[in-house]
Amino acid sequence: MTPFRFARAADTADALRLAAGPASAYLGGGTNLVDLMRETVATPGSLVDVTGLSNTVSPTESGGLLIGAALRNTALAEHPAVRARYPVLSRAILAGASAQIRNMATVGGNLLQRTRCAYFYDAEGARCNKRAPGSGCDALEGFSRYHAILGASPACVATQPSDMCVALAALGAIVHVQGAGGARTLPFTELHRLPGDTPEIDTVLAPGDLITAIELPPLPFATNSAYRKVRDRASYAFALVSVAAALEVEDGRVRDVRIAFGGVAHKPWRALTAEAALRGGPADGPAFHAAAAAELADAQPLRDNGFKIELVKRTLVAVLGDLGGAVA
Amino acid sequence: MEITINGSTTALPQDPRVSLLDFLREGLHLFGTKKGCDQGACGACTVLVDGERILSCLALAVQFEGRDVVTIEGLSAAGTAGGEGLHPLQQAFIGCDGFQCGYCTPGQICSAVGMVAEAKRGSPSHVTADLAAAVTLTRNEIQERMSGNLCRCGAHNGIIDAIQQVLSAEVLS
Ligand SMILES: Cc1cc2nc3c(=O)[nH]c(=O)nc-3n(C[C@H](O)[C@H](O)[C@H](O)COP(=O)(O)OP(=O)(O)OC[C@H]3O[C@@H](n4cnc5c(N)ncnc54)[C@H](O)[C@@H]3O)c2cc1C
Ligand code: FES
Ligand code: FES
Repeated sequence: MTPFRFARAADTADALRLAAGPASAYLGGGTNLVDLMRETVATPGSLVDVTGLSNTVSPTESGGLLIGAALRNTALAEHPAVRARYPVLSRAILAGASAQIRNMATVGGNLLQRTRCAYFYDAEGARCNKRAPGSGCDALEGFSRYHAILGASPACVATQPSDMCVALAALGAIVHVQGAGGARTLPFTELHRLPGDTPEIDTVLAPGDLITAIELPPLPFATNSAYRKVRDRASYAFALVSVAAALEVEDGRVRDVRIAFGGVAHKPWRALTAEAALRGGPADGPAFHAAAAAELADAQPLRDNGFKIELVKRTLVAVLGDLGGAVA
Repeated sequence: MEITINGSTTALPQDPRVSLLDFLREGLHLFGTKKGCDQGACGACTVLVDGERILSCLALAVQFEGRDVVTIEGLSAAGTAGGEGLHPLQQAFIGCDGFQCGYCTPGQICSAVGMVAEAKRGSPSHVTADLAAAVTLTRNEIQERMSGNLCRCGAHNGIIDAIQQVLSAEVLS
C-alpha cells in the first residue's frame, strides 16, 4: 500500500473540505477500497472516513424513504419499512457478499464500488484499460464468463457487481450528491455509465463529490417485488446474472412493471424495452418471453458468456411468473 | 487514538496502512485471528466489533478508533469464570468435530456468535422465506448465514452441528 493521510469527517461540510485536495478518496466500510489499495490498483494520497455521516432512514414528503449514505448494508436490508414496502431491495442486499461484509459495507460505498473484473485486479499480470487507460483489455480474448453482454465497448467488458444497485435501478431511486457546487440530485440509473472509450470512469460524479443519501420514491406495487440471483455457488458469490422486478397485475394484464438486470453490463441495467413491451399487455408466459427477447436483442456475447443471454431471459420469465403472472 | 481489544484499551498504530488483522496479530500478538486470503474471501479473520461480526483483513485499524473489538481470545476468557477455560461454542466444536486443522475455527466461532445475535434481533437472510416473520435458525438458515466462513478441511457439517447444539442448550445469549 502506498502511504496516505487518514482523517475522519465530522459532517458533510467537513468531508468536502477534507477531500478538497487532489488524490483524496472517501472511505466507507473499506471493503472495496482497502482491497484495491492493497493491490496498488487504487493509490489515494488521503482517505476521508465518512462512516460518521448520516445513517438514518426517514420518510420523505412524497411518501418515499431517504436513506443516509453511511447506513450499513445489513441495517438497510433489515429495516422494517424496506422489508415491507421494497422487499426487492432487502432481497438484493441479502443475496450479496457475506454477512461480515454486509455489516461493514455502507450504502455509499456499495454504490461506488468499482465496476471491475479479475483482469482489473491483476496489476502485475494483465492489461486493463480501466486500470491503465490505453493499455488494452485482456478480458476481450480471455476468460470472460463473468463479463458483459450488453452495452460493452472494445475498451472494456467488465460488469458492475453490486446486487443492491440492481434493485435501486428497478425502483427508480434518486441519488443525493453534495459537491463543490452545492447539493444536487440525479436519477440512480444515470449515476453509472457505460464504458465507451473511457472505461476508467465508472460514474458521472466529479472528483470530491460526496453521496449523502439515496431516496426511494413511493412505489406502492413494489410490495410485490423480487430479486433472483444466479451464481456459480449457492451463497457468497458474485452474480452470473440477476433480475430485480416489481409487477402490478390487474385483470390478467400488466398495469405496471419495473425490471433491472445485474451481471450483464458496466452498469446496473434498467430494462426499459422489456417494461414498455409488457405494460398494458397480458401478464402471461408468451408476453414475458417476448419482452425478454426484445430487451436482449442487441446482446453481444464474448467467448465464454453466451449462456448469459438465455439465462437472463429465463430468469426474467421465472421472476415475473413468481410475481403473479401466469407462465404458460 | 485508542481502541479496546478484549476489554483492554490500547493505542492504535501510527501508520494508517495497518489492517485491523495485522494490528491484532503483529501489533498485539493475538494470533488466534487468522489470515487466510487477506482479501475478504474466506472469513478466517472474522472478529466482533461492538458485537457485530466483521472481516479484520478488509479494514484499517484506524477505522475502529474508540470501538470495542472481541477476538477468539476474548471470547474464551469471557465464557468462563476464571478466564482460563473454553467458550461453550469452542467446547461444542470439539464435541462435534467442528474442525480438523483448526485454521478457520476462530473465525467460525466469532462469526457464529455474531450470527446468533443477528438472528435474535430478527435480521432476515437470503433463505428466509417470509421477510416479515420471526427468524428460526434452521440448518438451512445457519448454512446460509455462515457462508462467509469457508473451511478447507470440509468440517462444515460438524460446525453446523456444534452451533445447533449450543443453540438448543440456549447457552448463547
Ligand atoms: C469477497 C467479496 C465478495 C463480495 N461479493 C459481493 C456480492 O456478491 N454482491 C455485491 O453486491 N457485492 C459484493 N461485494 C462487494 C461489496 O458489496 C462492496 O465491497 C461494498 O458494498 C462496498 O462498500 P464499502 O462501504 O465497504 O465501500 P468502500 O470500499 O469504503 O468504498 C468504495 C468506493 O466508494 C467510495 N465512497 C464510499 N462512500 C462514499 C460516499 N458517501 N460518497 C462518495 N464516495 C464514496 C470510496 O471512495 C470508494 O471508491 C463483495 C466484496 C468482497 C470483498
Ligand atoms: S483473511 Fe479476511 S476474509 Fe480471508
Ligand atoms: S478446520 Fe481446517 S480449514 Fe476449517
